[in-house]
Amino acid sequence: MRMTISKVNFWYGAKQTLFDISLGIATSKVTALIGPSGCGKSTLLRTLDRMHETVRNSRLEGEILLDGKNILAQDVTLLRRRVGMVFQRPNPFPKSIFENVAYGLRINGSILPMADAVEKSLRHAALWDEVKDHLHKSAYELSGGQQQRLCIARALAVEPEVLLLDEPCSALDPISTAKIEELLVQLKDLCTIVTVTHNMQQAARISDFTAFLLTGQLIEFSPTPQLFTKPSDPRTEAYITGRFG
Amino acid sequence: MNPRLRWRKFVSNFMLTITGLCALVAVSVLFLILGYLVYHGGVSVNWNFFTKLPAPVGETGGGMANAIVGSAKLLALATLFGVPIGFLGAIYLAEFSGSKMAFVVRYAADLLNGTPSIVIGIFAFSIAVHPFKHFSAYAGGFALGIMMIPITLRSTEGFLLAVPRTLREGAMALGASKWKTIATVVVPAAYRGILTAVLLAFARVAGETAPLLFTALGNRYWSHGFNEPTAALPEMIYRYATGPYDDWHRQAWAAGLVLLALILVINIIARAILSRGSSVPRA
Repeated sequence: MRMTISKVNFWYGAKQTLFDISLGIATSKVTALIGPSGCGKSTLLRTLDRMHETVRNSRLEGEILLDGKNILAQDVTLLRRRVGMVFQRPNPFPKSIFENVAYGLRINGSILPMADAVEKSLRHAALWDEVKDHLHKSAYELSGGQQQRLCIARALAVEPEVLLLDEPCSALDPISTAKIEELLVQLKDLCTIVTVTHNMQQAARISDFTAFLLTGQLIEFSPTPQLFTKPSDPRTEAYITGRFG
Repeated sequence: MNPRLRWRKFVSNFMLTITGLCALVAVSVLFLILGYLVYHGGVSVNWNFFTKLPAPVGETGGGMANAIVGSAKLLALATLFGVPIGFLGAIYLAEFSGSKMAFVVRYAADLLNGTPSIVIGIFAFSIAVHPFKHFSAYAGGFALGIMMIPITLRSTEGFLLAVPRTLREGAMALGASKWKTIATVVVPAAYRGILTAVLLAFARVAGETAPLLFTALGNRYWSHGFNEPTAALPEMIYRYATGPYDDWHRQAWAAGLVLLALILVINIIARAILSRGSSVPRA
């Protein structure tokens, strides 16, 4: 287990959005969080690198361990270096392609040869061949799919142990989506992956484990083939067969 | 056509004409002022105007070199004083403050922005002139700087708030602290807007006269350093236009023309910077 989430409860102000969630994130596997809109899957994901703390009046109870140590007791900037995140919409910085990837290394005071590190990350994100001749152009000149892969490269540059993705393909066309799905499966060797998706086919295609959430509760958590073929909870079955959500 | 329809068409055309005329008046005022200034001041804007000191009282000729340099000094001081305060205050407002605090600061800034400039002049006089027993460029720069604070603050805040939240999250997710996020992502993403805001604040105070009358005072000679009474273009316009000599009146027009040209150029530059598009595409 790379991460262990135990008895996590979460509130936005007075509204509780997560109830007693416990699950383990297996090392070098893809774990998918699925569920209808508003079920808390993004909230759960954001607790894993403590991004929930950027929202005022949020409160978390419970324990989240990374390699056996409680992340809530750690320095948050060091934690986020070990647990990277890719967001729903591509959010490259208004800088060059090169500087976007180098950003995480620079702010962490890296003394690595920058050009090598940037190339390595762009290769991992399957973007190198498309951008190698114009690394110093603005990141905004890339297509949406390329921008999202750039964001993945940016996250990979600091060599995180865990990579969190919050519906990384929801703003992309089918071809870009296919590229990113393929990429995620390859990235398993590099780091542990947790992805949120409301696309069940996507979860079935790329993940090893799937957690189904509904109204802030973890309904079912099993190996992906099992969850999609022999769900143990009737609510899971109702959701994956498209009866709601 | 029945009478009702005819009446309706008449009202429609009447209102269209009125609104069109008002729009025309609004734009033509600027061109009227410009034309008037060029007509009266154009002939007096010559090399001497930019290079010579004012001629001794009663003699014709001379220029306003000291006032041009004086204005530059005053505006430099004002910018050094007002812009950092406005800029850093805006960062606090946009990134750190709670909503109640932000409301108070915004309200105060808007009130300060609406404070008559003569009142700011009196205030600067009592703080920066009276205790030292002499007028100075420092005092003038202080008065103008106070006026730059709320303009810089409010517009910088607006541009900072317009930076998408997702960019901040992107930086923080890579382990950037809040300060690092602001310094390396948020401010660079908003720099064009901030630069424009500073330029507009600069242009706004460049033409202020009232706060200078009893802070920088004015000077018919070169002022040395920043601790002496200092001439400024708007203040020279005031003195020359109300003076008794025709030659002074001509030079006042010329100074008005130069000042307006300066402000127009700053405005055009500011707009050009902004229209190059925002550096961050809106989601």
